[in-house]
Amino acid sequence: MVREGRHSATDEDRFPGYDVANKRDTLSWDAVTRTAINRRLAVPHEPRFLAPPQWRTLDALCRRILPQPADRPPIPLAALLDATLCAGGTQGFRVHPLPHDPDAWKHGLDALDAEAREQFGAAFCELAEDTQDSLLVQAQNGKLHNPAWDPMTAQLFFEKRILVDIPAMYYSHPTAWNEIGFGGPASPRGYVRMELNRRDPWEAVERKPGHEAEARLQNRHVG
Amino acid sequence: MDRPRAVDGRAPDVFDPAGGHVPMRMYPETEEVDFAIVGTGAGGGTLAARLSELGFSVVAFDAGPYFRPLEDFASDETEQNKLYWLDHRVCDGENPIKMGGNNSGKAVGGSTVHFAMVSLRFRPEWFRSRSALGYGVDWPIDWRDMWRYYAQAERAIGVSGPVTYPWGPHRPRYPYRAHEMNSAAKLLARGCEALGYRWTETPLATVSAPRGKSPPCVYRGFCRFGCSTNAKQSALIVWIPRALKAGAEIRDLAMVGRIETDAAGRATGVHYHRSGTWRFQRARNVVVAGYAVETPRLLLNSANARFPDGLANSSGLVGRNLMTQSNQAAWGRMDDEVRWYKGPPSLAITEHWNYEDRGKDFHGGYCWMAQGPLPIEWVSVQTGARGLWGERLRREMMDYNHQIGVKMVGEMLPDEANRVTLADEVDQYGLRVARITYRWGDNDKRLIQHALRQMMMSLEAIGATNRFVQEDDTNHLAGTARMGFDRDSSVVNADCRSWDIPNLWVCDGSVFPTVGGVNPALTIQTIAMRTADRIKTLAQRGEL
Ligand SMILES: Cc1cc2nc3c(=O)[nH]c(=O)nc-3n(C[C@H](O)[C@H](O)[C@H](O)COP(=O)(O)OP(=O)(O)OC[C@H]3O[C@@H](n4cnc5c(N)ncnc54)[C@H](O)[C@@H]3O)c2cc1C
Ligand code: SF4
Repeated sequence: MVREGRHSATDEDRFPGYDVANKRDTLSWDAVTRTAINRRLAVPHEPRFLAPPQWRTLDALCRRILPQPADRPPIPLAALLDATLCAGGTQGFRVHPLPHDPDAWKHGLDALDAEAREQFGAAFCELAEDTQDSLLVQAQNGKLHNPAWDPMTAQLFFEKRILVDIPAMYYSHPTAWNEIGFGGPASPRGYVRMELNRRDPWEAVERKPGHEAEARLQNRHVG
Repeated sequence: MDRPRAVDGRAPDVFDPAGGHVPMRMYPETEEVDFAIVGTGAGGGTLAARLSELGFSVVAFDAGPYFRPLEDFASDETEQNKLYWLDHRVCDGENPIKMGGNNSGKAVGGSTVHFAMVSLRFRPEWFRSRSALGYGVDWPIDWRDMWRYYAQAERAIGVSGPVTYPWGPHRPRYPYRAHEMNSAAKLLARGCEALGYRWTETPLATVSAPRGKSPPCVYRGFCRFGCSTNAKQSALIVWIPRALKAGAEIRDLAMVGRIETDAAGRATGVHYHRSGTWRFQRARNVVVAGYAVETPRLLLNSANARFPDGLANSSGLVGRNLMTQSNQAAWGRMDDEVRWYKGPPSLAITEHWNYEDRGKDFHGGYCWMAQGPLPIEWVSVQTGARGLWGERLRREMMDYNHQIGVKMVGEMLPDEANRVTLADEVDQYGLRVARITYRWGDNDKRLIQHALRQMMMSLEAIGATNRFVQEDDTNHLAGTARMGFDRDSSVVNADCRSWDIPNLWVCDGSVFPTVGGVNPALTIQTIAMRTADRIKTLAQRGEL
């Protein structure tokens, strides 16, 4: 397991002021890309595929898999995943004995909740964050064996669904691209400067110690 | 895209940004066409073009949609899931294969629509790996024959590559100049030099100068999600337009569910599902080119009273000897800003361990290439290889622009127990889905460990920190309808013709007896070009 205490504040905002959406009307975004991203940003914040208790479990789970800083609107992970499952799922194939993704998710969320109730007498979403984490560590390490998981296993669900689908939702969102300094959409204009340590004027500037204002200024002109 | 676009005597113009069309010849279903081809990817697309250019009447079917890249392809990993085969499949075995976007496409143009364009030749000895190198099984095709067709294929798809290739016998210079290497490629080169290995610019099927209606590559880096500029020389923009021009008909969103045979045991045509109904196209010959999972699935699903074990399966080998390629990687972090998302992902390569046999404790070879995963793929490495989640994961991801990595393409050996069979569940067409069972052999595992050590050394040599290995990844598929010398030990002969049913052919990645240590698409296209010429010769001799 792989969590650490709170990150130091200096790690936040590695690309101060960078907003990939500023490129929306430049040569880096074409019409089909704009439409796709618009649709993603407009995802309804309510369950259409999952039942309300499953949605609450999923929402709590997403907060542990990818905790988000409080100073910006969160990426609506549960909503994005629900919409994906509503459209039939993410991958098409299933690894035996997991069912196909939509069923695996319903089943897995129910089982996680059943596990929480058995071990702690409360729904997963009502548990303290540390308790939620300890359950997830047990799932990751193959230590959860509530019959509610049958015929899948908690470990397989954790590995093949939780750790695959939730991060895929997070890094499909422009907010996440800002956080990691990814250039984002790039068509028809691609890139020109491919050398080490070179950037095109339409790429994010990483802040260097003592040069935050400079980075912020340059990032304002990314586009 | 739920309605076919290639209808009413016209097909989408793949070079038009606004819904344009090109004329397309159409054949009535009652007409017995010379060839019905199932699948329009590296194998089927190439064959459709060449056979129609040689004067045969051709109808080619693809279960997937017919895209116009300029208007349909977004610069977005998620949206572009629409290129992949996402119909149900079941994966099991000790090392289940990851399918979906990792492994196969569903579109006119097949997997070449989203492939990474790496276009490599086999090492000549691999065509005789049993007799020359002592493992696997020999191919029934001579390497010199392949070498001639490789050159033709490279010209046909305008490969950009170096003037002199460092390994193997002489080959002509690549038709287009090599691309500028991005920083990830330059770091690969630095690592190789530190280890004393040669490296080169990767031969890529994306042009470095204008070619017909294709502009040069703009280094946008979304190659694996479809090329929205048409710089990439996929089957969709190279072979399919050639096929149309020569009089072939393409049927998009047309899923072939069964091949029909008659009392004499010959194929008579294909049953296919299009626009909500099952239809039947008559044909003198049927070619299956659905890639190494769908091809055996279709042959098995076509079982009938005369061929109860499936078509072309008297050897029992249809679906067996499935091979994927080891695709493990080593990753690390540079203090420099690398920004590996710029440019095609694999701009430099070393084939050192494909051509050097000394010092190996395993059979086979591998190459490794520079990498440039986009964020969703990269996070799947962080979660899959390291099990990261929580705040730690989010922080690690912030190093995205400093990340560096090299990834192998390694040979896995054929094993009859690795196979495609039919599962009990059915798909949206009511057809039984493929069950894909896979296990790495001991040789495979030794090869992977060797490669991981080597790749880690190369990262260490360039000063990469926070290094880690990704142990569980595979890519590319082959082997499930292998070609060979006789009907007992293979499904098709050197001409890709079934031993059992003389007018049934298989022409795609399934026919590979072994996979070698390079990406397969150029070899698939090369075999298809050769097959077309062989069919012409057989026809002239009255032997079709
Ligand atoms: C992400 C990724 C990157 C890759 N990068 C490279 C690379 O850089 N270099 C390389 O050499 N290779 C690469 N490959 C592999 C390469 O793309 C494939 O090996 C190659 O395209 C296979 O050719 P094929 O003709 O066998 O099948 P495909 O090209 O997959 O074509 C098969 C077609 O058949 C259709 N089909 C299947 N069954 C039916 C049916 N029953 N009815 C109708 N249609 C059907 C499918 O829809 C599909 O369009 C990559 C693959 C992936 C997934
Ligand atoms: S980098 Fe080049 S080949 Fe790749 S998608 Fe962009 S233009 Fe196409």
